[in-house]
Amino acid sequence: MKSFGLDRRKLLGRALALGALGSLSGCDFDHPNHPDLADRFLRAMSDWNDEVQAALFDPRTLAPTFKPSQITRPPRFNAFYDISQAPQVDAATWRLALTGRIGDKRPWRIGQLRAMPRESQITRLICVEGWRVVGQWSGVPLHHFLRKVNADLRARYVSIHCADGYFSSIDMASALHPQTILALDFLGAPLTAPFGAPLRLRIPTKLGFKNPKSIVALGVTNTYPGGYWENQGYNWFSGS
Amino acid sequence: MAKRVPIHPLPLRIMHWLNAIAIVVLIGSGWEIYDASPFLPFTFPQWMTIGQWLGGAIAWHLAAIWLLMLNGLFYLGWGIASGHFRRKFLPLSPRAVLRDTAAALRFRLPHEVGVYNAVQRLLYLGVIALGILAVLSGLAVWKPVQLWWLSDLFGGFFISRVVHFCAMTGIVLFIAVHVLLVALVPRVLPAMITGGRLPEPDGREVRP
Ligand code: HEM
Repeated sequence: MKSFGLDRRKLLGRALALGALGSLSGCDFDHPNHPDLADRFLRAMSDWNDEVQAALFDPRTLAPTFKPSQITRPPRFNAFYDISQAPQVDAATWRLALTGRIGDKRPWRIGQLRAMPRESQITRLICVEGWRVVGQWSGVPLHHFLRKVNADLRARYVSIHCADGYFSSIDMASALHPQTILALDFLGAPLTAPFGAPLRLRIPTKLGFKNPKSIVALGVTNTYPGGYWENQGYNWFSGS
Repeated sequence: MAKRVPIHPLPLRIMHWLNAIAIVVLIGSGWEIYDASPFLPFTFPQWMTIGQWLGGAIAWHLAAIWLLMLNGLFYLGWGIASGHFRRKFLPLSPRAVLRDTAAALRFRLPHEVGVYNAVQRLLYLGVIALGILAVLSGLAVWKPVQLWWLSDLFGGFFISRVVHFCAMTGIVLFIAVHVLLVALVPRVLPAMITGGRLPEPDGREVRP
């Protein structure tokens, strides 16, 4: 069961105090085996919102693009740790592991990715917190890559794991969107450690936390993979 | 025995209180969401927000919005179809608003059972408009890519956020005045819960 509150009893208590959820008051929240009704309710609504967003998603709708002069400088670092703790990945020994419903699972080296056709974009990254930055990324369109490795494009999810233990997952329709790229460069130069070297996902149709950095493994699966923040309660689809 | 005619019909009462629940959850969780990235030089104290942390607040916000939207659509449909809006909110003239405001400020505005004065009419129509604005600007903040036309209509992502915040502020001001008015004329409250009873046709007023 995913948890939405650091202290869910307090959270519910507050909602009850505000008279907001009188209908949930019959529950015994102290019993460990007893399902937490507030969590279940929020989970169900979040799942429903995933479905609504999947229905709203139009594969032909492009995220807005911006002029070079609109790029945010200096770029803003953001992670669940300090910039000094960003993982240092040695590009020479780095490999991208492939898992799940993929025909050709041989790991990829960075040079092989750099030899693929690229797409460059100046797009806006909107954080779940509400702020936004404009940046320029370029890299391999994910739909290209998935076709190249003979992935099952009818599978439901693409999952991503990172060097720092972060992980996330996206729906296949969003993975195949033309602006969804495996980014290699940021602001015209190879990605640096704080911004996801050597490879990150750049997906301007989703919120920032759905853009994992320093990717080490990519999988295609029909089993819901969840994510670092998603498992703590952020909405999974989190489309823009 | 004459047929009981409630001051507030049952559907209206149900919708009013469902809406109040949705609004409280939305405002409390909305403040927590604002706090994650404030654009004014203040944040809302933690104790007056709902959701404990950003993820919880977003979950509450995006759950309560369905209650607000569905309930609001029923209310608008019912209000138009039943003639409730026409009968209760119209006519409304600036002159009547000025007259009733002046009377209210001198505490000389009599409360007629089952009739909204011009100040109430203006407030109710105003908060309905603010509710619609809040939903539309909220959709623009939620889906600036898929609903790009709505986002553009508001002037982009950031201005949508500001408009959404302003709509919330207007609704909070409405609630302050609304609850103050109810506190000043407390006998209108039971009728919004039990329905109350309109005066008998023979003129005898029956207290709710
Ligand atoms: C504790 C909170 C609230 C109380 C005690 C309360 C009480 C009342 C009462 C007593 C009336 C009837 C007034 C009369 O008969 O003269 C009323 C009507 C109304 N209230 Fe509230 N209310 C509350 C919250 C809200 C909220 C949060 C909203 C919307 C943001 C709201 C919107 C309305 C509207 C639009 C009407 C007119 C309904 C119609 O006839 O269509 N109320 N309220």
